[in-house]
Amino acid sequence: MANNLKKTDVVIVGMGAAGGVAALPLAQAGLNVIGIEAGNWMSGTDFPPDELRNNLRGWPQAVQKTAGEIPTYRPNESAKTSRANTAPMMNGVGGSSLHYWAQSWRLNPWDFKVVSETTRKYGTGRIPKGSTVEDWPISYNDIESYYNIVETEIGVSGKAGNILDKIDKAGNIFEGPRTKDFPMPPLRSSGFTELMSKAASKTGWNPFPGPAAINSVPYDGRAPCMYHGFCNRGGCPVHAKNSTAVTTIPKAISTGKLSIVAQARVTKIEVDESTGKATGVTYVRGGQEYFQPADVVLIASHVFEVVRLMLKSKSKVFPDGISNNQGQVGKHYFCHADQGAVYALFPFDLNNWYGLPGQSAVVDDFADDNFDHSSLDFIGGGSLTVYPQARPIFAGRVSTFFKNAPQWGSKWKEYVSVNASRWATGYVQSTTLPNESTYLDLDPAEKDSMGMPVIRVTGNFQNNDRKANAFAKEKMEKWFLEAGAIMVQKQALEDMAPSGSTTHHFGGTRMGLNPKTNVVNQWGMSHEVPNLGVLGGSVMGTSGARNPTLTVQALAWRTAEHIAKNWNSIVK
Amino acid sequence: MYKDKNLSIANSDDIKTTAENSQVSRRDLFKQAATVVGIATATAITTPLRVEAAPPKNKSAQSKKVQTIPQYEARETLTAQEMATLEAVCDRLVPADKLGPGAREARVPRYIDRSLAGPLKELKDKYSICLAAIDEYSKTKKNKIFTKLPPVDQDEILTDIEKGVPTAGFVPKSNIFFNMMLAHVHQGMFSDPFYGGNANFIGWDLIRYPGLRMHVSAEDQKLNAKPKPLRESAYDISMFQNHEGRNHGK
Repeated sequence: MANNLKKTDVVIVGMGAAGGVAALPLAQAGLNVIGIEAGNWMSGTDFPPDELRNNLRGWPQAVQKTAGEIPTYRPNESAKTSRANTAPMMNGVGGSSLHYWAQSWRLNPWDFKVVSETTRKYGTGRIPKGSTVEDWPISYNDIESYYNIVETEIGVSGKAGNILDKIDKAGNIFEGPRTKDFPMPPLRSSGFTELMSKAASKTGWNPFPGPAAINSVPYDGRAPCMYHGFCNRGGCPVHAKNSTAVTTIPKAISTGKLSIVAQARVTKIEVDESTGKATGVTYVRGGQEYFQPADVVLIASHVFEVVRLMLKSKSKVFPDGISNNQGQVGKHYFCHADQGAVYALFPFDLNNWYGLPGQSAVVDDFADDNFDHSSLDFIGGGSLTVYPQARPIFAGRVSTFFKNAPQWGSKWKEYVSVNASRWATGYVQSTTLPNESTYLDLDPAEKDSMGMPVIRVTGNFQNNDRKANAFAKEKMEKWFLEAGAIMVQKQALEDMAPSGSTTHHFGGTRMGLNPKTNVVNQWGMSHEVPNLGVLGGSVMGTSGARNPTLTVQALAWRTAEHIAKNWNSIVK
Repeated sequence: MYKDKNLSIANSDDIKTTAENSQVSRRDLFKQAATVVGIATATAITTPLRVEAAPPKNKSAQSKKVQTIPQYEARETLTAQEMATLEAVCDRLVPADKLGPGAREARVPRYIDRSLAGPLKELKDKYSICLAAIDEYSKTKKNKIFTKLPPVDQDEILTDIEKGVPTAGFVPKSNIFFNMMLAHVHQGMFSDPFYGGNANFIGWDLIRYPGLRMHVSAEDQKLNAKPKPLRESAYDISMFQNHEGRNHGK
């Protein structure tokens, strides 16, 4: 029997990267907001530079709800499912923004209009067969101001390459026009990134420092980055990494309008059977069940859990799950083609021990439509990112990257003592598109610890995804060789299995004008349930060559502002 | 259980053989050392000592000193025989040699034993079964259990296991177990000493990792910079000392 709580204006499921941002404009508008978070509160003392715990044991002290809900996967409908045993996502106030790489990007204008731009430039028939890609219902210009707001509120460091169409080669010359520069200069370069930048320039490419939601200078009363080398899936002990836990959430709390319930798991979105409107959420905390009524419900619990919660929330008016009468919940899901590292071995020490993925040199010359595709048989491409940061356990396994040495014994010791400091990783993120055979649904057999079915991923990367990825990886290889590497190992893209490595997921509640092929409208609100909104990568219809978080956050702010400005029409 | 060649325990025949065979290399290492840290008496120590490297101020990171303090430690999950086999295996996977101490000195077996008590407890049965399978295979191929074989034969046994040659006794398969164990050996070599391995920072010194630094300067990140090794556990850093979990001898 659920305990009924006092009604609030807005309930947000998940206080991570997305929910943690949306809370602020809602609270600033004077709305009462309750954020429900499965994980715990954490502080700087919880973030020691401990590779074993952070990178190999998955933060055992955090509530690992995500570990229990790792999806099953099958490449197609006739295959058996398999299931990974790790997940990089974490639960906590701040969510995965507590330990993510914090590479913080805007999408390029092309990413919002892949269909019309490709058709305009290369003619019809260039959209890959089987892809369900649509133009977004908004353009880059529609959210440019929200990118600005979030870059300021969260704190993003970088160098603009295009301010009001004035190009600056110190930044990304291919980016969409900004109205102003970043609020902070980029993180500093290192010996290694300088080596790589020089090589890129010599090759005729246009390297620039990658943007990061990490303080390069003191910002908003928080310390600048210490470059200590454990940023990759590590929390920041000095609060220089701008998770929502140290930025938008405390600001929202200080308005007096945001309360957070931690260690609570939402099990259902409740609905009024006569009106079809959401009435609130049911959650379990400490073994007790509660019903939190609300005028507006926002789901912000990351792609898999968003879709799972919606599919589980069945009612008479929504027999296939809330907002799913058109059968679109779970459709157009895909994960980013950002897996498969490119390892390079150099004949000299790189001194890469310290630093972080946010301290990067990036080449965007081969991303999106930044280069001519007339004679190519794919669309899109990939961004190339290099960065310093080699943690000791990972570096100690260098012989497994190149397989050009014995894996144990005295000869292995010789090899590793020389080469553990002579390798680097290249990170490639390439264009990935939704397709008709890739989708999410509820697994018929696997259940989580509460007895609820987990998500099943069906589908795989398609030809275009693989071609764009291979093309970009070749460029990454070339970049390393130009910089003096003696050996480069490219890992090919494998299956789209949501294994422990990938963190970028898109679609499942896509944003679009057509309610027959999309779940939410251009404001992120459900087509079928006017007071239900979705925040997160599940609304995104294309990936770009980018980490998705800043775009997710800009959209979250925009959705929240829309709700505040149109409150009466949304809740009536 | 860790032991110096001068101490005896049950099953000491097996232990001594291995120790004697590697005595030459160990003696060489001791000879190279300018000083030897005092040897503890053979008293059971109930709280594990954190073995301090305490290098002299002006020595380089590549110091080849072996400063071993023999001691008894409680095993947490493995039996004495299992631990003996594991120590002998670790001794071959990462041997003590001219480059410096190896996995045994770095306390990698202790790391594995301790992990199997907690975070890796679902692998405990696999380890027990496969460590016994190593002995079975050694008997089949070389007529002696693993700890009784000379190093060159031990290497042959391990090479076979690495390649998946023995098909009986291992779970799930010999080569899969080998790769898992090797990954744990790497973890034991290169993780924070808080977890029981990387004793004396032997692992970090081997790969020339300069250690944990909460503040890294631009100078520290230059290509030709050689940051001074800071031999410190994350849990020696004061801001992290209020942590949950075990407090090993601190």
